[in-house]
Amino acid sequence: MHIPDGFIDIPTSAAFAGVSALAVGACLKGAAKSLDEKTAPLAGLTATFIFAVQMLNFPVAAGTSGHLFGSVLAAVLVGPYVATLALSVVLLLQALLFADGGLTAAGLNVFNLSLVGVWVGYGIFLLVKKALPKNKASITTAATIAGFISVPAAVMGFLLQYAIGANSTFSLTAVFTGMMSTHVLIGIGEAVITAFSVTAVMATRPDLVYGYRGTKQQLEIRRA
Amino acid sequence: MGTVAQNSNLKFEEHKMKNPLIIFGFAVSLFLAGGISYYASSQPDGFEKAAGEIGFLDTAEESPLKDSPLAEYGVAGVENERISGGLAGVVGVAATAAISFAIFYGLRRFNKSKP
Repeated sequence: MHIPDGFIDIPTSAAFAGVSALAVGACLKGAAKSLDEKTAPLAGLTATFIFAVQMLNFPVAAGTSGHLFGSVLAAVLVGPYVATLALSVVLLLQALLFADGGLTAAGLNVFNLSLVGVWVGYGIFLLVKKALPKNKASITTAATIAGFISVPAAVMGFLLQYAIGANSTFSLTAVFTGMMSTHVLIGIGEAVITAFSVTAVMATRPDLVYGYRGTKQQLEIRRA
Repeated sequence: MGTVAQNSNLKFEEHKMKNPLIIFGFAVSLFLAGGISYYASSQPDGFEKAAGEIGFLDTAEESPLKDSPLAEYGVAGVENERISGGLAGVVGVAATAAISFAIFYGLRRFNKSKP
């Protein structure tokens, strides 16, 4: 879901760029707090892995493909603050190096994936995690469900942008229906890739997983 | 004598060995972006498709960077699609890794240097 230039008018795009810049800036402090010797490499890897997997469009229906967003995957692995930065790096590089996603639209894309996708997704992850038993499998389950929902959530971000400043005049109902019909399917792909990736990291280095650390903290013995 | 140096050396080795996940993860990323991406679906993604079906796809403007050397995940001038896309993927992985590592290590230090 990389919005090109032209879909949304310039004033709206500029306003969202401003909001996104402020919000990403506000995440710097929280990100610094959650980064240490062990999690900084995982944060770099998460951004890199998401870039790579976003290149892998999978077919979702006749003549339609989809690719990973990665918002929830990043938020669960490295926390929502770092995830916001990681997704923003990926989106800006895609726009600047590969002309994937517009330039004036960069703020719109950061808003939908780095902010809405990450924070709504992480919120749902926490809610689902709370309802499940405190074990490793629950982390994957919660991440999978949150991954699925993060895709339509990001689409709702676009819907908001469309409602405020579209350069076309289709009804919001038409845009909602059309966008959701493809993105519910993409959400399933998102859920599968998120499940697979979180499972892989949980199986090898659960101690690095931000979304898991909260669960175990009271039981963990701190090593010097 | 020499125990301190030896110890720190051991620690360093241990630290290195502890991160096979990171090395493996980068290898996988390179493999996916550099090799497997050739087999990715080239159909329009669900966003573009829906924009077309709803009817506003024609309001899209081409990126001002559409003629940049790596535009659309290909290397300008490289005819072979597999090599062109693969190289673009490798460059993208390297660039993402370099920039994100710089930011995340930088932030970690910034956080540490605070009183």
